[in-house]
Amino acid sequence: MHAPPSLPKSLTGIEGFDDLTLGGLPTGRPSIVCGSAGCGKTLFATTFLVHGARDYDEPGVFVSFEERPADIIANVASLGFDMDRLIAEEKLAMEHIAINPAELAEIGDYDLEGLFLRLELAIDAVGARRVVLDTIESLFSAFTNQAVLRAELRRLFDWLKDRGLTTVITAERGDGTLTRQGLEEYVSDCVILLDHRVHNQISTRRMRIVKYRGTAHGTNEYPFLIDRDGFSVLPVGSLGLNHQVFEERIASGVVDLDAMIQGGGFHRASSILVSGVAGAGKSSLAASFLHAAAARGERAIYFSFEEAERQIVRNMRSIGLDLEPFLAQGLIRFISARPTFYSLEMHLAIMLREVQKFRPQLVVLDPISAFMESGDPLEVQSMLLRMVDFLKSSGITGVFTHLMHTQGGDYATDVGLSSLMDGWVLMLNREVGGEFNRELYLLKARGTAHSNQVREFVMNDQGIQLLPPYLGEGGAVTGSTRRAEEARTRRAAAERAAQLERARIQIDIRRRKAAAQIEALQAELAGYEAEMASAASAETEYQRRAADDAAVMQMSRRGDGKTT
Amino acid sequence: MNDTPQPRKLTLYVAGQTPKSIAAIANLKAIVAGPLAGQYEIEVIDLRQNPKLAKEHSIVAIPTLVRELPVPIRKVIGDLSDVEKVLVALKVQGE
Repeated sequence: MHAPPSLPKSLTGIEGFDDLTLGGLPTGRPSIVCGSAGCGKTLFATTFLVHGARDYDEPGVFVSFEERPADIIANVASLGFDMDRLIAEEKLAMEHIAINPAELAEIGDYDLEGLFLRLELAIDAVGARRVVLDTIESLFSAFTNQAVLRAELRRLFDWLKDRGLTTVITAERGDGTLTRQGLEEYVSDCVILLDHRVHNQISTRRMRIVKYRGTAHGTNEYPFLIDRDGFSVLPVGSLGLNHQVFEERIASGVVDLDAMIQGGGFHRASSILVSGVAGAGKSSLAASFLHAAAARGERAIYFSFEEAERQIVRNMRSIGLDLEPFLAQGLIRFISARPTFYSLEMHLAIMLREVQKFRPQLVVLDPISAFMESGDPLEVQSMLLRMVDFLKSSGITGVFTHLMHTQGGDYATDVGLSSLMDGWVLMLNREVGGEFNRELYLLKARGTAHSNQVREFVMNDQGIQLLPPYLGEGGAVTGSTRRAEEARTRRAAAERAAQLERARIQIDIRRRKAAAQIEALQAELAGYEAEMASAASAETEYQRRAADDAAVMQMSRRGDGKTT
Repeated sequence: MNDTPQPRKLTLYVAGQTPKSIAAIANLKAIVAGPLAGQYEIEVIDLRQNPKLAKEHSIVAIPTLVRELPVPIRKVIGDLSDVEKVLVALKVQGE
């Protein structure tokens, strides 16, 4: 590794690949892209060339040793690569080297100068900076003198390098070797291996950078996709734990649920697990999150692994969640795919790509348990872990639903995901007294104080409501039992009120009787007082009279002088 | 058995005056003058002077000897050092 620190690189324009290699393929050097038949070598090479000519002002030459140029042009036309136009604009040249071994005899010494001359002509014609040799190993079946061929190939690669041409050489995968003819011996700068594997009848394309001299690169296998957007590598392994942390709370769309969490909802960028048995309302709650996000003007993606888009939209309308306007505004995207459509890696890769493209603030995966059938638990867990990490590091809230098969005391998820999750809403559907009632319990909400109550969960055309807990004599009750209990309580209350009323009336009667008695006594008292007053006045009159009488008597006895 | 009035044409493609090219020209001249006297006439094309012809005639290896007629087309690559083999390679049915 004695290369200069900043090895010049040429962008391939292949989504993900340029990130993975920190800039593309080594400039001015040959790189090998090897793999078995049908794994996308030619498409890789074509993409590299077309992007160079079209986007990076680096004209290119496509040397085909197998397919006819017309076929190659037709094959990539569906990906939006207009090679004909690039050829007309002299940004691209096609050179078809076809050798029919049947009409060829080798007698004596020869070289491949004709190939060099043709290449040189094509390169000079467009001023090429990029060259693709697809698939040069075909020469090995055309010529019998392997010694000459190997010497010439070595010369060719050196020649391309001397001219500073960034070259992609495609090669067929050999048995136990990277390339059938050991071409990697001649090209030591960059070797990329493409692979196409079928496991459990699900195919996955993977790419690995076997060698990239002088640069840091990921050594993992990365899934890649070939679809209508062309060739894209999905670097899913390169995710760290540098999550963004938010203080902001987001509404779930269920006011009562938010109220159960101190602060008014889950934190933004939380991973929320909604687990429950069949029919517990997991998807409805998830859709509620979706609806609430869109109502805030945020974008959201709903990855559905069981239901189709129209079905979800129709079903959610029945609980008062109209997703249609948000779909029309482009705030919501539904992506439905059966778990068995792709391998786990591919699912993850596709989800990551869709998320990167759509840039949502909320992502729903419904349900993650669907993957359990398509992979072994460790792989599923690793895939979901990467999804969770990715969403968190992007500041995206994740809602994951999980179908539980039992609702006993053991609430651990099959995929062992609980520890990854910041929030865990448990939804039960319990049979009591001949009916099933939905219950919701907030098992976990990291970083927030939250209610410990089991709440009854009711869905109707008004949306989703959580009824306050009703504690009967035998603990919390729901459904009809709850209503019976409530009625019983109401009857008891009425009874008590009636009793109180009766008592009040009786007491009032007694009170009034007492008041009447008091009145009578007061009248008697007044009588006595009047009697008393008249007695007193009679006495006063008597006293006055007596005094008068005494005075009269004294006056009459004045003759005998003074008396003492 | 085929009494063609005109000699058929053999085209030899070379690239510059390399030892292989010079050897091929010399060997071919000897064959045409000797075993195949009167049957063929030779045209030597230097692709260095006219590289476009390499694509036109699908030449990859140098030197290449091409006999276009009669069909099928025959190509012999190499310096033609083995006369017997050259004769076998140029032989067609009925010759």
